[in-house]
Amino acid sequence: MAVNSKEGLSPAGIALIGIVLLALLALTIAIARFHWGAWNLILAMAIATVKLILIALYFMRLRYSGRTLWVFAAAGFFWLLILVGLSLSDYLTRRGPY
Amino acid sequence: MNNIASMPASPPAEAARLPARHYLNEAHTLRSWFLTTDHKRIALLFLASITVFFLIAGVAALLMRLELLTPEGDLVQAETYNRLFTLHGVLMVWFFLIPSIPTVLGNFAIPMMLGARDLAFPRLNLISWYLFVGGGTLTLYSLIKGGVDTGWTFYTPYSTLYSNSAVLSTVAGVFVSGFSSILTGLNFIVTIHTLRARGLTWFRLPLFIWSMYATSLILVLATPVLAITLLLLAMERFFGFGFFDPRLGGDPLLFQHLFWFYSHPAVYIMILPGMGVVSELVAAFSRRRVFGYKVVAFSSLAIAVYGFLVWGHHMFVAGQSPYAGLVFSALSYLVAIPSAIKVFNWTATLYKGDISLDTPMLYALGFIGLFTIGGLTGLFLAALGLDVHLTDTYFVVAHFHFIMVGGMVMGYLGGIHYWWPKISGRLYTEWMGRFSAITAFVGFNLTFLPQFLAGYLGMPRRYWAYAPEYQVLNVMSTLGASILGVAYAFPLIYLTWSFWKGQVAGPNPWEATGLEWRTPSPPPTHNFETPPRVTGEAYERSHAARGEA
Repeated sequence: MAVNSKEGLSPAGIALIGIVLLALLALTIAIARFHWGAWNLILAMAIATVKLILIALYFMRLRYSGRTLWVFAAAGFFWLLILVGLSLSDYLTRRGPY
Repeated sequence: MNNIASMPASPPAEAARLPARHYLNEAHTLRSWFLTTDHKRIALLFLASITVFFLIAGVAALLMRLELLTPEGDLVQAETYNRLFTLHGVLMVWFFLIPSIPTVLGNFAIPMMLGARDLAFPRLNLISWYLFVGGGTLTLYSLIKGGVDTGWTFYTPYSTLYSNSAVLSTVAGVFVSGFSSILTGLNFIVTIHTLRARGLTWFRLPLFIWSMYATSLILVLATPVLAITLLLLAMERFFGFGFFDPRLGGDPLLFQHLFWFYSHPAVYIMILPGMGVVSELVAAFSRRRVFGYKVVAFSSLAIAVYGFLVWGHHMFVAGQSPYAGLVFSALSYLVAIPSAIKVFNWTATLYKGDISLDTPMLYALGFIGLFTIGGLTGLFLAALGLDVHLTDTYFVVAHFHFIMVGGMVMGYLGGIHYWWPKISGRLYTEWMGRFSAITAFVGFNLTFLPQFLAGYLGMPRRYWAYAPEYQVLNVMSTLGASILGVAYAFPLIYLTWSFWKGQVAGPNPWEATGLEWRTPSPPPTHNFETPPRVTGEAYERSHAARGEA
């Protein structure tokens, strides 16, 4: 089975991704200083998603991995959706002052 | 596997001799054991470790049952009783039931069943054992600090706000041991994908491998959620972060959602390996290919997937919304389908089989009966209305013990007895094994059947004193627990004895199929002298497989 068929990023590339992640972190903190209502959460989650994709693709080397690892990574996300989705079936349907 | 090239048929037992060199006598130093990367030696390290935890947890259970012999709380104080059932639960769940079959039988048998020399990551396997022992030691340290009284579920807000017991060290121990589970699961998945012998296609794999694969998926996907949950708990208790405390903006039910997202699938981490063992035993001792092989294989995966969709049935009366309760109730019934498939297919395999009632088979038959009762009573608890009456009663205690002890422990002991000749190269005394299996079945039923009645009549769990009308049932239960204690202690004695003094077993004393029986007992360090090649289906029998060629 072909796994990790390529070498992955060079040290400079890894450093660059690290810097981008730190910049995104700074952006998250900066945005949190403003009060834009629901947009605060939406923007924070959007930045977090970008960070997650960068980490999965480069630090976890998914971009350079075989299809089997992609399937397992996708399964991880799918299971997260199960956790969030079925938990929301409780939170979104509660009544009363919770 | 009758079509395996270059594998000799078993010699008759009386002519058998131990091989000159094998994994047990390869080296004798402590270093050769504690720094070993041989999956078979690591399996024995796990065997010794989980046996210690099983004994400690068993003593806690014995003390609880002695306390419950009389309605008054007269042997221990209420606080001590709380610590006893927590210790029993934590050690049994995380340090015996979850690791038992994967780390002992899985570690020992999986590479050989695949025709491999070792697991894919041998050093990771050793690290897994050290993490397990480290986590276990941390948890036992809580005992020295006076124990923990939250129950094995660590429910908030009690665990974060009110409990004055050693919550943090216990949680830390479970947290660390979780990484051992993740590494073991990862190792098994990669091994099954990459180290199968030539010709060993997915649908030629033994069903034990399928069940261990499904178990490993759960270990890898669910255990990180437990780790995160326990971390959140520790952060709230230690630093005052608000995750679960409503005063800090948290939600106590969030803990239960996260905890049961791991802990309900954990039930299947415990039972799926037992199901895999039973498939091997039923095939070996009825001398038949397992009926509906593919359906049984896929039912393991179905159980693994469905197991993630049902956690909310632990929270029907916890304050969860009625709609969520309805959803989780309906989903919970789904698990019955693949579970029933397994039971029906094992039974169909027995039909017209050449059945021999050796010790492992007695344990397997015990598993099938007890698991069926445990599974069917689970349907009672999945029903929303009935669950309101039965929640937190002894009915629940009896139900999950039928699954975890009646099912899983019977499967584990059946597997230990089945692979013991391969592990040790020697046979135990058969009548002792049969006596233990039958005694365990009798003792188990006497312990837990009365608890169904007590629970249905309203006796709540987790109290050290109870109303006098429940005493007869509790006396029966304590008597049964004593018998069960004997049934569990006896194999410790005769298996240990047989390890050094038992009759030499030969490569295949059960005339079983499977690659692990085609190598000497005990196996050489690298399992096979020449890599095996597979050209037949799993459990396919012929004259050669029966040693008659």
